[in-house]
Amino acid sequence: MTVEPSSPDGANLGAPAQTPASPQKGMFGITGTGDVSGFGGLVRHRPESVGSPKPYGGYFDEVTDALEEAYPGFADAIEKVVVDRDELTLHIKAERIAEVAQIMRDDEALRFELCSSVSGVDYLNSDSRRLHVTYHLTSMTYRRRVRLEVAIPAGGSVPSVTSAYPTADWQERETYDMFGVIFTGHPNLTRVLMPDDWEGYPQRKDYPLGGVPVEYKGAEIPPPDQRRVYQ
Amino acid sequence: MTQSGYASERETTEGRVFTVTGGDWDTVTGSVDPLSNEKIVVNMGPQHPSTHGVLRLVLELEGETVTDVRPVVGYLHTGIEKNLEYRNWTQGTTFVTRADYLAPLFNEAGYCLAVEKLLGITDQITERANTIRVLFMELNRISSHLVWLATTGMELGAISMMLYGFREREYILDIFEETSGLRMNHAYFRPGGVAQDIPESAIKKIRDFLVYLPKKLKEYEAMLSGQVIWQERTQGVAVLDVTGCLAMGVTGPVLRASGLAWDLRKTMPYCGYENYEFDVPTATTADVWGRYQVRLAEIRESLKIVEQALDRLRPGPIFIADKKIAWPAQLAVGLDGMGNSLEHVAKIMGQSMESLIHHFKLVTEGFRVPPGQVYVAIEHPRGELGVHAVSDGGTHPYRVHMRDPSFVNLQAIPAMAEGALLADVIAGGASLDPVMGGCDR
Repeated sequence: MTVEPSSPDGANLGAPAQTPASPQKGMFGITGTGDVSGFGGLVRHRPESVGSPKPYGGYFDEVTDALEEAYPGFADAIEKVVVDRDELTLHIKAERIAEVAQIMRDDEALRFELCSSVSGVDYLNSDSRRLHVTYHLTSMTYRRRVRLEVAIPAGGSVPSVTSAYPTADWQERETYDMFGVIFTGHPNLTRVLMPDDWEGYPQRKDYPLGGVPVEYKGAEIPPPDQRRVYQ
Repeated sequence: MTQSGYASERETTEGRVFTVTGGDWDTVTGSVDPLSNEKIVVNMGPQHPSTHGVLRLVLELEGETVTDVRPVVGYLHTGIEKNLEYRNWTQGTTFVTRADYLAPLFNEAGYCLAVEKLLGITDQITERANTIRVLFMELNRISSHLVWLATTGMELGAISMMLYGFREREYILDIFEETSGLRMNHAYFRPGGVAQDIPESAIKKIRDFLVYLPKKLKEYEAMLSGQVIWQERTQGVAVLDVTGCLAMGVTGPVLRASGLAWDLRKTMPYCGYENYEFDVPTATTADVWGRYQVRLAEIRESLKIVEQALDRLRPGPIFIADKKIAWPAQLAVGLDGMGNSLEHVAKIMGQSMESLIHHFKLVTEGFRVPPGQVYVAIEHPRGELGVHAVSDGGTHPYRVHMRDPSFVNLQAIPAMAEGALLADVIAGGASLDPVMGGCDR
């Protein structure tokens, strides 16, 4: 018989302070096993990402000031500036990313010549804009790095930065392949790692890992995403 | 005599007799309109000895001139990034090490540095652990460059170079095996330090290698550099200047061969590279020849770093002191690879209940990493290896992305090869040194 663990006292899911919504429930990653330990009722909330106050320290102030000076739409396009672990993240409205990238590359005071990396992160259950795309830019002139981040809902689109950074071509294709982010203006947005006829976007959090149970020394070991694990 | 299918046939008393002859080339070529059918599409790979792994190149040819190249990747995609999300942070090293299989220690280093930055313990990594990491990364850089020399030699017709290159690499793999128990896929670097101290026997082997390799390297350089075929196949071939490299995101020896001395070990140091004396070799020709020269010089610079690292190696702990992160077990290399040492097993099973609990919690549950994201980049033999790691505060990585230089650099093949001869596609592709395990992950 399976018993659904009921919410223990104190785990008020609708409490106003608990935004974004809970991504994880329970402690072992599985539900409905008749877990009577009480741990199954634990609710853990992902902490909210908050903007950092000025001054940011280091070169971060110079970068944001230079961008503000060079880009008239700064106040409108930049949603949030986060400084964490000695890294600067600019959260940008998705529709403005291509303009910002162009200025980041061309402005004398910014000079982010190299787009090191483009990748996606799926913050499932956070809010409606669950898919994030991160761009890691490197300035070889000033030896600086900055991260640009945009957030879109599933099925949403982001302007491609390939006109400023041709190297983003395959990396945007990979992000499309793995997360289903559509990059408008991309020259050839097709799958790059998965087969062309693949269905679904494997790196999304609601896409299962897959796998088969294996037998080891007489015991059956379930596939990794069905094992009982601490979260 | 009648014509049926492909061969002419004749009815005889013994039965039907077919006369099979070679194709009549005059009729074959005559039927093809030379003007409308000049373009040939050739599918090179994914199983082809000179595409450096399972890389597929769709080439459009006019005669022997390449007009269009389309690289197709993904044949070696193994879902390493997805798999990491279902394992704890320490287990992650065993997965990332398998991405770029010629530079496993760099994958581990990039991943471990990212996890350590997320944990905020970068400053607490012990001196000895950092020195061992530098020492092993540089040995790995040498072995990776030796394989480049070997495979590129083979692809350009210098077969003996392949045998020599792989032979010298084996020397380095022996050193790795002596220390970590494995020739490849070591899982030797762990978040917080390294899994195991270097045994004296391995240090002796490294010392011997430092004497052995320079002599051999001189021989190989003499064998290749003076050779006319080698020069003709590499000089002025697959040119990509600094602008082209930056636009395509190409880093590493290819960028340095076009004249920009961008080496993350110098420009954004990590693991204490700022304390070592070495040069960043560059070339200005921006062709395959320049890349060859840069890689040879880099092997020599790496030897210098290895020597300095050996001299800096002082006795001390190899793992972070924090018991909430440090792996509880003392590891030892046994007959079947690395595992818990017998003393440790005796202690937790027979003497200390607390040690057993501690071991159990850290091994089954793992440590928690505070939420946030970091991007860490290191200088991989092929360029910038970036690791973007995201934690949601749990015991498993929430997302890890590896910006692998092979993947990004491969985009430059069309820029280098279009308009050149078919043979130069091989030389140009080889000069990027793509490793498909890293590219497809």
